Amino acid sequence: MGNRAQILIVGTIFLGLALVPLFAELTQTPFYLDLARRMMILAIGALSLNLIMGYGGLISFGHAAYIGIGAYTVGICAEHELVSGFIQWPLAILVSGVFAIIFGLISLRTRGVYFIMITLALAQMMYFLGVSLDRYGGDDGLPLIERSNFGALVDISNNVTLYFIVLGALVLSLFFCKRLINSRFGMVLQGTRSNETRMKTIGFPTLRYQLTAFVIAGMMAGFAGALLANHTDFINPDMMHWTRSGDLIIMVLLGGMGSLAGPVVGALAFILLEELLSGVTEYWQLIFGPFLILVVLFARGGLLGFFADKEQRDG
Amino acid sequence: MLEVRHLETSYGSSQVLYGIELHIGVGQVVTLMGRNGMGKTTTIKSICGMVAPQAGSIILEGQDIAGLPSHTIARAGIGLVPEGRQIFPNLTVKENLVATAHNLAGSPNPWTIDRVLDFFPSLASRINGMGNELSGGEQQMLAIGRAIMTNPKLLILDEATEGLAPQIRADIWLSLAELKSEGQAILVIDKNLAALNRIADQHFIIEKGVSVWSGTPKELDAEPKIKERYLGV
Repeated sequence: MGNRAQILIVGTIFLGLALVPLFAELTQTPFYLDLARRMMILAIGALSLNLIMGYGGLISFGHAAYIGIGAYTVGICAEHELVSGFIQWPLAILVSGVFAIIFGLISLRTRGVYFIMITLALAQMMYFLGVSLDRYGGDDGLPLIERSNFGALVDISNNVTLYFIVLGALVLSLFFCKRLINSRFGMVLQGTRSNETRMKTIGFPTLRYQLTAFVIAGMMAGFAGALLANHTDFINPDMMHWTRSGDLIIMVLLGGMGSLAGPVVGALAFILLEELLSGVTEYWQLIFGPFLILVVLFARGGLLGFFADKEQRDG
Repeated sequence: MLEVRHLETSYGSSQVLYGIELHIGVGQVVTLMGRNGMGKTTTIKSICGMVAPQAGSIILEGQDIAGLPSHTIARAGIGLVPEGRQIFPNLTVKENLVATAHNLAGSPNPWTIDRVLDFFPSLASRINGMGNELSGGEQQMLAIGRAIMTNPKLLILDEATEGLAPQIRADIWLSLAELKSEGQAILVIDKNLAALNRIADQHFIIEKGVSVWSGTPKELDAEPKIKERYLGV
């Protein structure tokens, strides 16, 4: 896959994203601002999943739990009138990280289908915990009294400001993933994916590396959750439902598993298709499903791989 | 340097090793020979911690490493070039070498990526190629390079030249001889007796999981019955 082509595609996407607020303003359709912001938040979630799934070979079917944990941390803090973003956001990352350590220590002792089932079970446990929290809205969820407050530094109650904060967060997340994957840590993680026994006999305690990646991914997803709570001004257990984890997996597969920017492309394509197709029919998944199958079968490396290869052939 | 005494190993209820004895001195090249299925690879796996021995001891520089996790054993100074190479196909040649480099044994002249590329010049031209794009010979060179990047006290090669073209085999034997001349202790498994004789200080032969003979290459040459009975030569 052409690296230059990938950079071109991703650069174009980010340029487009940067122009969305202007477009929304000119057309007087704030809906696009909302849509693009949601895409970017989920792209951060998908990027974090790609770290463990694409590079680590760990198919987590419960990754949405960390998004939910991050969102709930912000929501619960706000409910208790702790609205400072300087506390809420780091706390959301920290709490997600603590849960990721616990869940990782349990699930990483298994492999394959058992790993998938354990991560799914743990996430569903969190979902039902959310449902049972009557104090925080239970099944109905909880409206956010106020968005995270960053004092005089930045006012994210303004939708455009929040948009650019999310865009900046996505760029930083992408940069962070790039550095991580190209580091020795990233190489060991990728090597472990292809041959764990071999990596052990070279001297690497692979469980420790996988757990670290699992926790980093959980913290990133928790950060996405903090952004999502501010984006929706609302939290509910559905954020942690297993179908949300399935959506994240689809985004990674759609964009290109194991490629750096694939999940960003996947998240954008997923949300866009969801919007477009749900306008055509209520049963939009009937069209989306076969499309996904075609991508998996014929677009090696997902949409990013497909378009990057095409650009390289044509170019 | 490494002393294996009365080693016994099983896979579940099936015992494979019944008493392996092995001694490797500093800077020595030692071979482990025997027909197929006699327990050579299981011996290596036991030394490297890939299977836990049932009985016996494996002493590396005074420390019993039997039953320790494989990453701890590797960090104690054992580098393995496994059967079938097993390079990481999803990493480049450079990444295969960089990812695995460490010098925990504190070698005064540690292996670096430049030294490895000088040692195996054919890898230099493939430095950014993916592991799975290499030929068998290049993969074996990379597997050796990857192992020596951990600066092991003892380098173990399981089926060092299996499945390689004659010229590549010759290159690998030359490389091992060069490593020996630099003082690297090596334990090697291979079927090429003539090549092993040229490089080895000591041979160990095992039969049905038991050590049955050991001696120098000269002593083995003087024992045609041993060669015929245990090696089929």
